[in-house]
Amino acid sequence: MQIFTNILLGFLIICAIAASLSKNLLNTILIFMSYSLVMSIIWILLESPDLAITEAAVGAGVTSVLFFVTLKKIRAMVKTEQEKGEEKHE
Amino acid sequence: MSKKVPKQEYEKTLSFRLQQWFEGSKDPYLGNVEMRPQEEFIEDDDAVLMRDMERKRRKERVYDLANNWEVSGFEKLYKIFSACFCVFLVVMLLIAVSYLPSYGHAENPVNNEVSERYIEKGLEETGAVNIVTGMILDYRAFDTLGESHVLFIATCTVLILLRKDKKKDENGNSIEVSDRIYEPKDDVILQTAARILVPPIIIFGIYVILGGHLGPGGGFSGGAIIGAGLILYLNAFGFRKTERFFTEKTYKTLSVCALGCYCLAKSYSFYTGANHIESVIPLGMPGAILSSGLILVLNICVGIVVAGTMYTFYVMFRKGGY
Repeated sequence: MQIFTNILLGFLIICAIAASLSKNLLNTILIFMSYSLVMSIIWILLESPDLAITEAAVGAGVTSVLFFVTLKKIRAMVKTEQEKGEEKHE
Repeated sequence: MSKKVPKQEYEKTLSFRLQQWFEGSKDPYLGNVEMRPQEEFIEDDDAVLMRDMERKRRKERVYDLANNWEVSGFEKLYKIFSACFCVFLVVMLLIAVSYLPSYGHAENPVNNEVSERYIEKGLEETGAVNIVTGMILDYRAFDTLGESHVLFIATCTVLILLRKDKKKDENGNSIEVSDRIYEPKDDVILQTAARILVPPIIIFGIYVILGGHLGPGGGFSGGAIIGAGLILYLNAFGFRKTERFFTEKTYKTLSVCALGCYCLAKSYSFYTGANHIESVIPLGMPGAILSSGLILVLNICVGIVVAGTMYTFYVMFRKGGY
């Protein structure tokens, strides 16, 4: 069990670094979501299921949805013409 | 007794002028300074051209990184200093963490008489099998009340900030474009999934709220789950369906009622506790659904506030108003 916890903790650190280094905002939100899910598993391992439920519902669910809506509002999820052109080129 | 001074004499004194200046009733420049309307500044083309050229030359000189050692040096130093600062911060925080007591040690300062009391007398005093809920909603119910109010105030702020502008332009169309145009139009996959998923999600949320004093859960997590279910329903079926049962008025009524109910219930228990009066609310059998006194009521109140808040956040973000 200790090894499993350590793997999850390492995953947390990787997620935190990846979220700050990612260039695409959508990817950042997805990484943030996975961070919250792993965190909720760690809460269960630390024997606090109350927090785990809250973390899974708020951190991975509602907060990410709000982030998605914000991205949509500021038109950050729409691909630019240049990117579309590059995809066609490929 | 003060001496009465005639008005003309008083107007010569310093205090009168000071007061006049303070109140702004007298313009000190009026009558003392010659006033002339300002001339319009007209620039000839040569001066404009000269100024533009001068600006361009200066820009080139400043941003010529190969020759301007000051700017290039500053940029290098900036990178070095920011890296140094980050390393310093990380090292400081790690050193601070290393002084924390190790996790789960018996002689940690956390394990004092307070937690001892919670564990030993918690079930007896609050009637809640789940000690965490007993702590949150009985011993520290005042903190939870503050938390619920923080959520309510956050929603009010979002309502103020993201409210759609009601101004209209000349043709009668609203200035801000409504987000409703981007709503999903009858997505079959999403609707089928929502039809299957939404009822279990909401029932699970209600279960988490009602079973807060028996097992893991409580008002906050259950409310968040119900809010997530409502958001999924809204996404699948659009605003027209949700407006049948949840509008701004519903939200306001529900939250104000829930918060008021919480305040009243908690005031009652504070009043009886402070005056050493025996509370008439029975604690009941530990483990039964109707037990642990006021905790069940408080859980439902918190759940209503949180569910409404989550849903309202989403609605405000989507279209700025119900």
